[in-house]
Amino acid sequence: MVYESCKGYGSETWIPLNKKTAGNDHQTVHDEGKQNVLLRVLRGDMFKKTKRSFSTFSVPVRRWTTVLDALIYAKEHSDSSIAIRFSCRMASCGSCGMIINGIPRLACYTKISELGYDTVTCEPLPNFPVIRDLVTDFQQFFNHHRHMEPYIENQYPVPREEALSEFKQTPRDIDNYLQFSYCIKCGLCYSACPTVATDTKFPGPQALSQAYRYSADNRDDAEKKRLDIVDNRHGIWRCHFAGSCSAVCPKGVDPALGIQLLRSHLMSISKTPKTLADLRKIDDDKD
Amino acid sequence: MVSGNIQNANSTFLRESTVMKIHYITGLGALFVVAVHVMMRLVVPFSTSLEYENVINNYRILWYALLLEIILVLISIHGFNGLRIMLIELRQNAMWEKFVTIFTLAAMLAVIGYGTRTIIIANGL
Amino acid sequence: MEAFRKNESENLRANREGLKGWLNPTRYGWERLSYWLMRLTGLFLLLYFVGHVYETSSLVGGIDAWNSMLALTQTPGGHLFLILVIGTSTFHSANGIRLILAETARGLGKPGRPDYPYDAVSLNNRQRSGIWIALVLAAAAMFYGGSILFGGE
Ligand code: SF4
Ligand code: FES
Repeated sequence: MVYESCKGYGSETWIPLNKKTAGNDHQTVHDEGKQNVLLRVLRGDMFKKTKRSFSTFSVPVRRWTTVLDALIYAKEHSDSSIAIRFSCRMASCGSCGMIINGIPRLACYTKISELGYDTVTCEPLPNFPVIRDLVTDFQQFFNHHRHMEPYIENQYPVPREEALSEFKQTPRDIDNYLQFSYCIKCGLCYSACPTVATDTKFPGPQALSQAYRYSADNRDDAEKKRLDIVDNRHGIWRCHFAGSCSAVCPKGVDPALGIQLLRSHLMSISKTPKTLADLRKIDDDKD
Repeated sequence: MVSGNIQNANSTFLRESTVMKIHYITGLGALFVVAVHVMMRLVVPFSTSLEYENVINNYRILWYALLLEIILVLISIHGFNGLRIMLIELRQNAMWEKFVTIFTLAAMLAVIGYGTRTIIIANGL
Repeated sequence: MEAFRKNESENLRANREGLKGWLNPTRYGWERLSYWLMRLTGLFLLLYFVGHVYETSSLVGGIDAWNSMLALTQTPGGHLFLILVIGTSTFHSANGIRLILAETARGLGKPGRPDYPYDAVSLNNRQRSGIWIALVLAAAAMFYGGSILFGGE
Protein backbone atom coordinates (compact mmCIF):
# COMPACT_ATOMS: atom_id res chain seq x y z
CA MET A 1 0.00 0.00 0.00
CA VAL A 2 1.31 3.46 -0.92
CA TYR A 3 0.74 6.20 1.59
CA GLU A 4 1.08 9.84 0.69
CA SER A 5 2.34 12.35 3.14
CA CYS A 6 -0.04 13.62 5.74
CA LYS A 7 -1.55 16.92 4.66
CA GLY A 8 -3.37 17.85 7.83
CA TYR A 9 -6.74 17.01 9.18
CA GLY A 10 -9.60 17.32 6.73
CA SER A 11 -7.62 19.34 4.21
CA GLU A 12 -8.85 17.30 1.27
CA THR A 13 -12.32 16.48 0.12
CA TRP A 14 -13.62 12.99 0.57
CA ILE A 15 -15.14 11.33 -2.46
CA PRO A 16 -17.38 8.47 -1.41
CA LEU A 17 -17.58 5.37 -3.56
CA ASN A 18 -20.98 6.09 -5.07
CA LYS A 19 -19.94 9.53 -6.29
CA LYS A 20 -16.81 8.41 -8.07
CA THR A 21 -16.56 9.27 -11.71
CA ALA A 22 -17.66 6.46 -13.95
CA GLY A 23 -15.41 5.11 -16.65
CA ASN A 24 -11.75 4.38 -16.44
CA ASP A 25 -11.28 2.43 -13.24
CA HIS A 26 -7.58 2.89 -13.21
CA GLN A 27 -7.87 6.63 -13.28
CA THR A 28 -10.59 6.64 -10.63
CA VAL A 29 -8.23 5.08 -8.14
CA HIS A 30 -5.80 7.93 -8.51
CA ASP A 31 -8.51 10.54 -8.30
CA GLU A 32 -9.97 8.98 -5.19
CA GLY A 33 -10.23 11.39 -2.29
CA LYS A 34 -8.01 11.11 0.69
CA GLN A 35 -8.80 12.27 4.16
CA ASN A 36 -7.19 12.28 7.54
CA VAL A 37 -8.69 10.58 10.52
CA LEU A 38 -7.77 10.76 14.15
CA LEU A 39 -6.46 7.42 15.36
CA ARG A 40 -6.67 6.96 19.13
CA VAL A 41 -4.79 4.04 20.60
CA LEU A 42 -5.09 2.96 24.22
CA ARG A 43 -1.54 2.50 25.47
CA GLY A 44 -0.34 0.70 28.55
CA ASP A 45 2.31 -1.74 29.65
CA MET A 46 1.43 -4.41 32.13
CA PHE A 47 5.09 -4.84 33.16
CA LYS A 48 5.55 -1.20 34.04
CA LYS A 49 2.10 -0.97 35.60
CA THR A 50 1.68 2.57 34.35
CA LYS A 51 -1.77 4.04 34.00
CA ARG A 52 -3.25 3.45 30.58
CA SER A 53 -3.85 6.46 28.37
CA PHE A 54 -4.66 7.27 24.77
CA SER A 55 -2.11 8.31 22.16
CA THR A 56 -3.54 10.09 19.15
CA PHE A 57 -2.27 10.12 15.60
CA SER A 58 -3.44 11.79 12.43
CA VAL A 59 -3.48 9.23 9.66
CA PRO A 60 -4.33 9.70 5.98
CA VAL A 61 -6.86 7.17 4.77
CA ARG A 62 -8.33 6.13 1.42
CA ARG A 63 -11.49 4.24 0.76
CA TRP A 64 -9.74 0.92 1.21
CA THR A 65 -7.61 1.74 4.25
CA THR A 66 -8.19 -0.68 7.08
CA VAL A 67 -7.67 0.05 10.75
CA LEU A 68 -4.63 -2.21 10.64
CA ASP A 69 -3.19 -0.17 7.76
CA ALA A 70 -3.72 2.97 9.80
CA LEU A 71 -2.02 1.46 12.84
CA ILE A 72 0.94 0.36 10.74
CA TYR A 73 1.13 3.86 9.26
CA ALA A 74 1.19 5.40 12.72
CA LYS A 75 3.86 2.91 13.77
CA GLU A 76 6.00 3.73 10.72
CA HIS A 77 5.63 7.48 10.75
CA SER A 78 4.84 8.61 14.27
CA ASP A 79 5.57 6.18 17.06
CA SER A 80 7.33 2.92 16.46
CA SER A 81 6.60 1.74 19.99
CA ILE A 82 2.91 1.00 19.43
CA ALA A 83 2.42 -2.67 20.20
CA ILE A 84 0.11 -4.49 17.80
CA ARG A 85 -0.15 -8.11 16.74
CA PHE A 86 -0.99 -9.09 13.20
CA SER A 87 0.11 -11.50 10.57
CA CYS A 88 -2.09 -12.33 7.60
CA ARG A 89 -3.82 -8.94 7.00
CA MET A 90 -6.75 -10.86 5.52
CA ALA A 91 -8.92 -12.10 8.36
CA SER A 92 -7.36 -15.55 8.37
CA CYS A 93 -4.96 -15.72 11.27
CA GLY A 94 -7.07 -14.15 13.99
CA SER A 95 -4.29 -12.14 15.63
CA CYS A 96 -5.47 -8.56 15.14
CA GLY A 97 -8.66 -8.54 17.20
CA MET A 98 -9.26 -5.34 19.14
CA ILE A 99 -12.03 -3.03 20.23
CA ILE A 100 -12.61 -0.55 17.43
CA ASN A 101 -15.04 2.23 18.25
CA GLY A 102 -16.54 0.20 21.07
CA ILE A 103 -17.08 -3.13 19.29
CA PRO A 104 -14.68 -6.08 19.02
CA ARG A 105 -13.48 -6.32 15.42
CA LEU A 106 -10.52 -7.52 13.37
CA ALA A 107 -8.34 -4.51 12.55
CA CYS A 108 -7.43 -5.94 9.15
CA TYR A 109 -11.05 -6.59 8.26
CA THR A 110 -12.45 -3.22 9.28
CA LYS A 111 -12.30 -0.48 6.71
CA ILE A 112 -12.19 3.00 8.17
CA SER A 113 -14.46 4.31 5.41
CA GLU A 114 -17.12 1.82 6.52
CA LEU A 115 -16.94 2.91 10.15
CA GLY A 116 -18.21 6.32 9.12
CA TYR A 117 -16.38 8.31 11.81
CA ASP A 118 -13.52 10.80 11.72
CA THR A 119 -12.13 9.31 14.89
CA VAL A 120 -11.07 5.70 15.18
CA THR A 121 -10.53 4.45 18.72
CA CYS A 122 -8.56 1.25 19.26
CA GLU A 123 -8.49 -0.52 22.60
CA PRO A 124 -7.23 -3.98 23.54
CA LEU A 125 -9.84 -6.77 23.68
CA PRO A 126 -11.58 -6.92 27.04
CA ASN A 127 -11.74 -10.24 28.94
CA PHE A 128 -8.13 -10.89 27.93
CA PRO A 129 -5.22 -9.71 30.11
CA VAL A 130 -3.36 -6.91 28.36
CA ILE A 131 0.33 -7.48 27.74
CA ARG A 132 1.09 -4.14 26.10
CA ASP A 133 -1.02 -1.62 24.19
CA LEU A 134 -3.27 -3.62 21.87
CA VAL A 135 -1.63 -6.99 22.48
CA THR A 136 -3.52 -9.34 24.78
CA ASP A 137 -2.76 -12.70 26.33
CA PHE A 138 -4.76 -15.64 24.92
CA GLN A 139 -3.52 -18.34 27.27
CA GLN A 140 -6.76 -18.89 29.18
CA PHE A 141 -8.77 -18.67 25.96
CA PHE A 142 -6.70 -21.40 24.34
CA ASN A 143 -6.85 -23.48 27.52
CA HIS A 144 -10.61 -23.45 27.31
CA HIS A 145 -10.40 -24.45 23.66
CA ARG A 146 -8.03 -27.34 24.38
CA HIS A 147 -10.20 -28.50 27.24
CA MET A 148 -12.97 -29.33 24.72
CA GLU A 149 -10.78 -32.00 23.10
CA PRO A 150 -10.88 -30.26 19.73
CA TYR A 151 -9.84 -33.20 17.59
CA ILE A 152 -11.50 -36.21 16.03
CA GLU A 153 -11.71 -39.12 18.42
CA ASN A 154 -12.85 -42.46 17.13
CA GLN A 155 -12.84 -45.99 18.46
CA TYR A 156 -13.44 -47.38 14.99
CA PRO A 157 -11.81 -50.78 14.80
CA VAL A 158 -9.19 -50.66 12.14
CA PRO A 159 -8.54 -54.18 10.92
CA ARG A 160 -5.10 -53.71 9.44
CA GLU A 161 -2.79 -50.80 9.88
CA GLU A 162 -2.08 -50.64 6.14
CA ALA A 163 -5.81 -50.57 5.44
CA LEU A 164 -6.09 -47.18 7.18
CA SER A 165 -7.96 -44.98 4.83
CA GLU A 166 -10.48 -42.19 4.97
CA PHE A 167 -14.06 -41.76 6.09
CA LYS A 168 -16.96 -41.45 3.71
CA GLN A 169 -18.81 -38.19 4.28
CA THR A 170 -21.59 -36.76 2.19
CA PRO A 171 -21.80 -33.01 1.56
CA ARG A 172 -24.71 -32.96 4.02
CA ASP A 173 -22.57 -34.56 6.72
CA ILE A 174 -20.02 -31.83 6.12
CA ASP A 175 -22.58 -29.03 6.32
CA ASN A 176 -23.35 -30.06 9.90
CA TYR A 177 -20.00 -28.82 11.15
CA LEU A 178 -18.27 -26.94 8.32
CA GLN A 179 -19.32 -23.48 9.43
CA PHE A 180 -17.97 -24.02 12.94
CA SER A 181 -14.66 -25.21 11.55
CA TYR A 182 -14.13 -21.77 10.00
CA CYS A 183 -13.28 -20.36 13.43
CA ILE A 184 -9.94 -18.54 13.40
CA LYS A 185 -9.70 -18.23 17.20
CA CYS A 186 -9.60 -14.47 17.09
CA GLY A 187 -11.33 -14.12 20.45
CA LEU A 188 -13.82 -11.46 19.37
CA CYS A 189 -16.74 -13.58 20.60
CA TYR A 190 -14.96 -14.18 23.90
CA SER A 191 -14.62 -10.47 24.51
CA ALA A 192 -18.23 -9.70 23.52
CA CYS A 193 -19.75 -12.37 25.78
CA PRO A 194 -21.47 -11.01 28.91
CA THR A 195 -20.86 -14.23 30.83
CA VAL A 196 -17.14 -14.34 30.05
CA ALA A 197 -17.04 -10.78 31.38
CA THR A 198 -17.34 -12.11 34.92
CA ASP A 199 -16.98 -15.90 34.80
CA THR A 200 -13.38 -17.06 34.37
CA LYS A 201 -14.32 -20.74 34.31
CA PHE A 202 -16.92 -20.37 31.57
CA PRO A 203 -15.39 -21.82 28.38
CA GLY A 204 -16.84 -19.04 26.24
CA PRO A 205 -18.53 -19.08 22.84
CA GLN A 206 -15.46 -20.13 20.91
CA ALA A 207 -14.66 -23.24 22.96
CA LEU A 208 -18.29 -24.32 23.26
CA SER A 209 -18.94 -23.99 19.55
CA GLN A 210 -15.77 -26.02 18.90
CA ALA A 211 -17.12 -28.70 21.25
CA TYR A 212 -20.13 -28.80 18.96
CA ARG A 213 -18.00 -28.71 15.81
CA TYR A 214 -16.25 -31.97 16.76
CA SER A 215 -19.35 -33.59 18.21
CA ALA A 216 -21.32 -32.89 15.04
CA ASP A 217 -18.62 -34.38 12.85
CA ASN A 218 -19.66 -37.91 11.99
CA ARG A 219 -16.09 -39.14 11.95
CA ASP A 220 -16.01 -38.52 15.70
CA ASP A 221 -17.65 -40.65 18.37
CA ALA A 222 -16.64 -38.80 21.54
CA GLU A 223 -19.76 -36.71 21.81
CA LYS A 224 -20.69 -38.13 25.18
CA LYS A 225 -17.29 -37.27 26.59
CA ARG A 226 -17.57 -33.66 25.43
CA LEU A 227 -21.10 -33.32 26.76
CA ASP A 228 -19.74 -34.38 30.14
CA ILE A 229 -17.04 -31.74 29.90
CA VAL A 230 -19.47 -28.91 29.23
CA ASP A 231 -22.23 -30.02 31.59
CA ASN A 232 -21.13 -28.35 34.80
CA ARG A 233 -21.75 -25.28 36.88
CA HIS A 234 -19.61 -23.06 34.73
CA GLY A 235 -20.24 -24.91 31.51
CA ILE A 236 -22.67 -24.58 28.66
CA TRP A 237 -25.59 -23.58 30.91
CA ARG A 238 -24.03 -20.25 31.63
CA CYS A 239 -24.82 -19.27 28.05
CA HIS A 240 -28.05 -17.26 28.00
CA PHE A 241 -28.19 -16.71 24.27
CA ALA A 242 -27.37 -13.01 24.36
CA GLY A 243 -26.13 -13.54 20.80
CA SER A 244 -23.30 -11.02 21.06
CA CYS A 245 -20.74 -13.63 20.02
CA SER A 246 -22.51 -14.27 16.72
CA ALA A 247 -22.99 -10.55 16.18
CA VAL A 248 -19.23 -9.89 16.24
CA CYS A 249 -17.84 -13.08 14.68
CA PRO A 250 -15.99 -12.07 11.49
CA LYS A 251 -16.15 -15.53 9.91
CA GLY A 252 -19.85 -16.35 10.15
CA VAL A 253 -19.16 -19.14 12.61
CA ASP A 254 -22.29 -18.22 14.57
CA PRO A 255 -21.06 -19.67 17.87
CA ALA A 256 -24.45 -19.01 19.52
CA LEU A 257 -26.03 -21.45 17.08
CA GLY A 258 -23.40 -24.08 17.85
CA ILE A 259 -23.96 -23.70 21.57
CA GLN A 260 -27.74 -24.06 21.32
CA LEU A 261 -27.35 -27.10 19.04
CA LEU A 262 -24.94 -28.66 21.52
CA ARG A 263 -27.41 -27.91 24.30
CA SER A 264 -30.18 -29.66 22.41
CA HIS A 265 -27.92 -32.71 22.17
CA LEU A 266 -27.30 -32.48 25.90
CA MET A 267 -31.05 -32.49 26.54
CA SER A 268 -31.28 -35.44 24.12
CA ILE A 269 -33.94 -33.72 22.05
CA SER A 270 -31.78 -32.81 19.11
CA LYS A 271 -33.23 -32.81 15.64
CA THR A 272 -29.85 -33.54 14.10
CA PRO A 273 -28.98 -37.08 15.11
CA LYS A 274 -25.76 -38.42 13.78
CA THR A 275 -24.74 -41.75 12.38
CA LEU A 276 -21.09 -42.52 12.36
CA ALA A 277 -19.34 -42.40 9.01
CA ASP A 278 -18.07 -45.54 7.34
CA LEU A 279 -14.44 -46.12 6.73
CA ARG A 280 -13.52 -46.30 3.11
CA LYS A 281 -11.19 -49.27 2.92
CA ILE A 282 -8.28 -49.49 0.56
CA ASP A 283 -9.73 -52.76 -0.67
CA ASP A 284 -12.89 -50.92 -1.74
CA ASP A 285 -10.90 -49.04 -4.33
CA LYS A 286 -9.45 -52.17 -5.81
CA ASP A 287 -12.72 -53.41 -7.21
CA MET B 1 -1.73 -28.41 29.83
CA VAL B 2 -5.11 -27.32 31.06
CA SER B 3 -5.14 -24.64 33.69
CA GLY B 4 -6.40 -25.61 37.12
CA ASN B 5 -8.95 -22.87 36.90
CA ILE B 6 -11.18 -24.71 34.49
CA GLN B 7 -13.77 -26.83 36.18
CA ASN B 8 -13.32 -30.41 35.18
CA ALA B 9 -15.64 -33.15 36.28
CA ASN B 10 -19.06 -32.67 37.66
CA SER B 11 -18.69 -33.03 41.38
CA THR B 12 -21.98 -31.43 42.33
CA PHE B 13 -24.98 -33.23 43.79
CA LEU B 14 -27.20 -32.58 40.77
CA ARG B 15 -25.83 -32.32 37.27
CA GLU B 16 -26.19 -28.80 35.97
CA SER B 17 -28.37 -30.06 33.12
CA THR B 18 -30.78 -31.56 35.67
CA VAL B 19 -30.89 -28.28 37.56
CA MET B 20 -31.61 -26.38 34.36
CA LYS B 21 -34.30 -28.81 33.27
CA ILE B 22 -35.93 -28.17 36.64
CA HIS B 23 -35.51 -24.46 35.96
CA TYR B 24 -37.36 -24.72 32.65
CA ILE B 25 -40.12 -26.94 33.99
CA THR B 26 -40.75 -24.86 37.12
CA GLY B 27 -40.83 -21.74 34.93
CA LEU B 28 -43.42 -23.17 32.56
CA GLY B 29 -45.42 -24.64 35.44
CA ALA B 30 -45.43 -21.37 37.36
CA LEU B 31 -46.76 -19.57 34.30
CA PHE B 32 -49.90 -21.72 34.31
CA VAL B 33 -50.65 -21.75 38.02
CA VAL B 34 -50.01 -18.02 38.36
CA ALA B 35 -52.44 -17.43 35.50
CA VAL B 36 -55.13 -19.26 37.52
CA HIS B 37 -54.15 -17.33 40.64
CA VAL B 38 -54.52 -13.98 38.85
CA MET B 39 -57.80 -15.06 37.25
CA MET B 40 -59.22 -15.67 40.74
CA ARG B 41 -58.97 -11.91 41.30
CA LEU B 42 -60.82 -11.21 38.10
CA VAL B 43 -63.77 -13.63 38.50
CA VAL B 44 -65.13 -11.75 41.51
CA PRO B 45 -65.89 -7.99 41.32
CA PHE B 46 -62.42 -6.49 41.21
CA SER B 47 -62.81 -3.93 43.99
CA THR B 48 -63.98 -6.52 46.50
CA SER B 49 -61.49 -9.19 45.48
CA LEU B 50 -59.03 -8.23 48.19
CA GLU B 51 -61.46 -7.94 51.09
CA TYR B 52 -60.45 -10.02 54.06
CA GLU B 53 -63.49 -12.28 53.96
CA ASN B 54 -63.10 -13.05 50.25
CA VAL B 55 -59.41 -13.79 50.55
CA ILE B 56 -59.86 -16.04 53.57
CA ASN B 57 -62.69 -17.85 51.79
CA ASN B 58 -60.33 -18.62 48.95
CA TYR B 59 -57.78 -20.05 51.35
CA ARG B 60 -60.44 -22.31 52.84
CA ILE B 61 -60.99 -24.01 49.48
CA LEU B 62 -58.64 -26.95 49.58
CA TRP B 63 -57.74 -27.02 45.89
CA TYR B 64 -57.01 -23.31 45.91
CA ALA B 65 -54.79 -23.62 48.97
CA LEU B 66 -52.98 -26.44 47.19
CA LEU B 67 -52.62 -24.26 44.10
CA LEU B 68 -51.08 -21.51 46.21
CA GLU B 69 -48.67 -24.02 47.70
CA ILE B 70 -47.68 -25.19 44.23
CA ILE B 71 -47.08 -21.59 43.09
CA LEU B 72 -45.03 -20.99 46.19
CA VAL B 73 -42.81 -23.99 45.57
CA LEU B 74 -42.43 -23.53 41.80
CA ILE B 75 -41.58 -19.83 41.94
CA SER B 76 -39.24 -20.23 44.91
CA ILE B 77 -37.27 -22.89 43.05
CA HIS B 78 -37.27 -21.00 39.77
CA GLY B 79 -36.54 -17.60 41.29
CA PHE B 80 -33.79 -18.58 43.66
CA ASN B 81 -32.15 -20.81 41.08
CA GLY B 82 -32.16 -17.81 38.77
CA LEU B 83 -30.49 -15.78 41.47
CA ARG B 84 -27.94 -18.56 41.98
CA ILE B 85 -27.12 -18.50 38.27
CA MET B 86 -26.46 -14.76 38.36
CA LEU B 87 -24.40 -14.92 41.54
CA ILE B 88 -22.33 -17.92 40.52
CA GLU B 89 -21.24 -16.12 37.37
CA LEU B 90 -19.83 -13.25 39.41
CA ARG B 91 -16.82 -14.85 41.08
CA GLN B 92 -15.18 -18.22 40.91
CA ASN B 93 -13.72 -19.68 44.02
CA ALA B 94 -14.77 -22.60 46.18
CA MET B 95 -15.86 -20.39 49.10
CA TRP B 96 -18.13 -18.19 47.04
CA GLU B 97 -19.68 -21.09 45.17
CA LYS B 98 -20.43 -22.91 48.39
CA PHE B 99 -21.85 -19.72 49.90
CA VAL B 100 -24.08 -19.07 46.88
CA THR B 101 -25.42 -22.62 46.82
CA ILE B 102 -26.17 -22.71 50.54
CA PHE B 103 -27.54 -19.17 50.62
CA THR B 104 -29.96 -19.65 47.71
CA LEU B 105 -31.08 -23.05 49.00
CA ALA B 106 -31.68 -21.67 52.48
CA ALA B 107 -33.54 -18.63 51.15
CA MET B 108 -35.65 -20.90 48.96
CA LEU B 109 -36.58 -23.13 51.91
CA ALA B 110 -37.21 -20.15 54.17
CA VAL B 111 -39.63 -18.54 51.73
CA ILE B 112 -41.40 -21.86 51.12
CA GLY B 113 -41.65 -22.45 54.86
CA TYR B 114 -42.93 -18.98 55.61
CA GLY B 115 -45.51 -19.07 52.84
CA THR B 116 -46.67 -22.56 53.80
CA ARG B 117 -47.23 -21.35 57.33
CA THR B 118 -49.56 -18.63 56.01
CA ILE B 119 -51.43 -21.09 53.82
CA ILE B 120 -51.92 -23.65 56.59
CA ILE B 121 -53.03 -21.13 59.20
CA ALA B 122 -55.28 -19.22 56.79
CA ASN B 123 -56.78 -22.51 55.62
CA GLY B 124 -57.82 -23.25 59.19
CA LEU B 125 -59.21 -19.78 59.94
CA MET C 1 6.74 -13.56 30.30
CA GLU C 2 7.70 -14.94 33.72
CA ALA C 3 6.63 -11.89 35.70
CA PHE C 4 3.43 -11.87 33.76
CA ARG C 5 2.53 -15.46 34.57
CA LYS C 6 3.51 -15.30 38.21
CA ASN C 7 0.12 -14.50 39.62
CA GLU C 8 -2.12 -16.61 37.47
CA SER C 9 -5.36 -16.23 39.36
CA GLU C 10 -5.05 -12.46 39.38
CA ASN C 11 -4.18 -12.62 35.73
CA LEU C 12 -7.34 -14.56 34.93
CA ARG C 13 -9.49 -11.67 36.07
CA ALA C 14 -7.32 -8.98 34.51
CA ASN C 15 -9.16 -6.76 32.05
CA ARG C 16 -12.46 -8.64 32.34
CA GLU C 17 -15.35 -6.35 31.61
CA GLY C 18 -16.98 -7.31 34.89
CA LEU C 19 -20.51 -6.42 35.89
CA LYS C 20 -20.68 -3.51 33.53
CA GLY C 21 -20.33 -6.07 30.76
CA TRP C 22 -23.89 -7.26 31.31
CA LEU C 23 -25.30 -4.02 32.68
CA ASN C 24 -24.85 -2.25 29.35
CA PRO C 25 -27.42 -3.56 26.85
CA THR C 26 -26.82 -1.04 24.09
CA ARG C 27 -24.03 -2.52 22.06
CA TYR C 28 -24.91 -5.80 20.38
CA GLY C 29 -28.50 -5.73 19.23
CA TRP C 30 -31.85 -7.14 20.28
CA GLU C 31 -30.64 -10.43 21.70
CA ARG C 32 -28.37 -8.63 24.12
CA LEU C 33 -31.24 -6.37 25.13
CA SER C 34 -33.44 -9.40 25.72
CA TYR C 35 -30.71 -10.97 27.87
CA TRP C 36 -30.48 -7.80 29.92
CA LEU C 37 -34.24 -7.44 30.36
CA MET C 38 -34.62 -11.12 31.23
CA ARG C 39 -32.17 -10.75 34.11
CA LEU C 40 -33.53 -7.48 35.44
CA THR C 41 -37.17 -8.62 35.23
CA GLY C 42 -36.21 -11.90 36.90
CA LEU C 43 -34.51 -10.11 39.78
CA PHE C 44 -37.40 -7.68 40.11
CA LEU C 45 -39.99 -10.46 40.11
CA LEU C 46 -38.07 -12.42 42.74
CA LEU C 47 -38.07 -9.32 44.94
CA TYR C 48 -41.78 -8.85 44.35
CA PHE C 49 -42.45 -12.52 45.08
CA VAL C 50 -40.69 -12.43 48.43
CA GLY C 51 -42.50 -9.19 49.27
CA HIS C 52 -45.81 -10.71 48.21
CA VAL C 53 -45.32 -13.78 50.41
CA TYR C 54 -44.52 -11.45 53.30
CA GLU C 55 -47.44 -9.14 52.52
CA THR C 56 -50.03 -11.93 52.39
CA SER C 57 -48.74 -13.44 55.64
CA SER C 58 -50.60 -10.62 57.40
CA LEU C 59 -53.74 -12.69 56.80
CA VAL C 60 -52.66 -14.74 59.77
CA GLY C 61 -52.92 -11.67 62.00
CA GLY C 62 -56.63 -11.27 61.36
CA ILE C 63 -58.69 -8.64 59.60
CA ASP C 64 -56.99 -5.61 61.17
CA ALA C 65 -53.50 -6.66 60.23
CA TRP C 66 -54.72 -7.47 56.70
CA ASN C 67 -56.44 -4.14 56.28
CA SER C 68 -53.49 -2.11 57.47
CA MET C 69 -51.23 -4.01 55.07
CA LEU C 70 -53.74 -3.42 52.29
CA ALA C 71 -53.78 0.29 53.03
CA LEU C 72 -50.04 0.36 52.41
CA THR C 73 -50.30 -1.20 48.98
CA GLN C 74 -53.55 0.32 47.68
CA THR C 75 -51.91 3.63 46.84
CA PRO C 76 -51.07 5.14 43.45
CA GLY C 77 -47.46 4.17 44.08
CA GLY C 78 -48.52 0.64 44.94
CA HIS C 79 -50.58 0.48 41.79
CA LEU C 80 -47.71 1.67 39.63
CA PHE C 81 -45.53 -0.98 41.21
CA LEU C 82 -48.15 -3.62 40.45
CA ILE C 83 -48.36 -2.45 36.83
CA LEU C 84 -44.61 -2.90 36.62
CA VAL C 85 -45.01 -6.41 38.03
CA ILE C 86 -47.61 -7.18 35.36
CA GLY C 87 -45.35 -5.92 32.58
CA THR C 88 -42.19 -7.62 33.78
CA SER C 89 -43.91 -10.94 34.42
CA THR C 90 -45.48 -10.90 30.95
CA PHE C 91 -42.13 -10.16 29.31
CA HIS C 92 -40.30 -12.71 31.44
CA SER C 93 -42.87 -15.40 30.56
CA ALA C 94 -43.10 -14.76 26.83
CA ASN C 95 -39.37 -14.32 26.38
CA GLY C 96 -38.75 -17.30 28.63
CA ILE C 97 -40.76 -19.53 26.34
CA ARG C 98 -38.80 -18.21 23.36
CA LEU C 99 -35.54 -18.95 25.18
CA ILE C 100 -36.55 -22.46 26.17
CA LEU C 101 -37.32 -23.16 22.52
CA ALA C 102 -34.15 -21.46 21.29
CA GLU C 103 -31.93 -23.18 23.83
CA THR C 104 -33.20 -26.49 22.60
CA ALA C 105 -32.38 -25.35 19.06
CA ARG C 106 -35.90 -24.54 17.81
CA GLY C 107 -36.33 -21.65 15.41
CA LEU C 108 -32.63 -21.02 15.01
CA GLY C 109 -31.96 -22.13 11.47
CA LYS C 110 -29.48 -24.70 10.24
CA PRO C 111 -25.71 -24.45 9.98
CA GLY C 112 -24.61 -24.04 6.39
CA ARG C 113 -21.83 -22.51 4.34
CA PRO C 114 -21.30 -18.93 5.49
CA ASP C 115 -20.64 -16.30 2.88
CA TYR C 116 -19.93 -12.58 2.91
CA PRO C 117 -21.15 -10.56 4.85
CA TYR C 118 -21.34 -13.52 7.25
CA ASP C 119 -24.57 -12.68 9.01
CA ALA C 120 -25.35 -15.19 11.73
CA VAL C 121 -28.36 -17.42 11.03
CA SER C 122 -29.24 -17.70 14.72
CA LEU C 123 -29.78 -13.96 15.01
CA ASN C 124 -32.75 -14.19 12.70
CA ASN C 125 -36.09 -12.46 12.48
CA ARG C 126 -37.94 -15.40 14.00
CA GLN C 127 -35.97 -14.92 17.20
CA ARG C 128 -36.23 -11.15 16.99
CA SER C 129 -39.98 -11.19 16.48
CA GLY C 130 -40.15 -13.39 19.59
CA ILE C 131 -38.46 -10.57 21.51
CA TRP C 132 -40.70 -7.94 19.93
CA ILE C 133 -43.85 -9.95 20.68
CA ALA C 134 -42.75 -10.30 24.31
CA LEU C 135 -42.25 -6.52 24.49
CA VAL C 136 -45.61 -5.77 22.86
CA LEU C 137 -47.42 -8.27 25.11
CA ALA C 138 -45.79 -6.69 28.15
CA ALA C 139 -46.91 -3.22 27.05
CA ALA C 140 -50.45 -4.45 26.36
CA ALA C 141 -50.65 -6.21 29.73
CA MET C 142 -49.43 -3.09 31.51
CA PHE C 143 -52.02 -1.02 29.68
CA TYR C 144 -54.80 -3.45 30.58
CA GLY C 145 -53.63 -3.70 34.19
CA GLY C 146 -53.44 0.07 34.42
CA SER C 147 -56.95 0.49 33.11
CA ILE C 148 -58.28 -1.93 35.73
CA LEU C 149 -56.24 -0.62 38.64
CA PHE C 150 -56.74 3.07 37.95
CA GLY C 151 -59.95 3.03 35.95
CA GLY C 152 -62.40 0.55 37.44
CA GLU C 153 -64.03 1.40 40.72
S1 SF4 D 1 -16.13 -18.10 16.77
FE1 SF4 D 1 -15.80 -16.32 15.42
S2 SF4 D 1 -15.38 -14.61 16.82
FE2 SF4 D 1 -15.13 -16.48 18.00
S3 SF4 D 1 -12.94 -16.94 17.89
FE3 SF4 D 1 -13.95 -18.10 16.24
S4 SF4 D 1 -13.82 -16.76 14.42
FE4 SF4 D 1 -13.38 -15.46 16.24
S1 FES E 1 -4.00 -9.92 10.64
FE1 FES E 1 -4.68 -11.97 10.44
S2 FES E 1 -6.75 -11.76 11.03
FE2 FES E 1 -6.14 -9.68 10.99
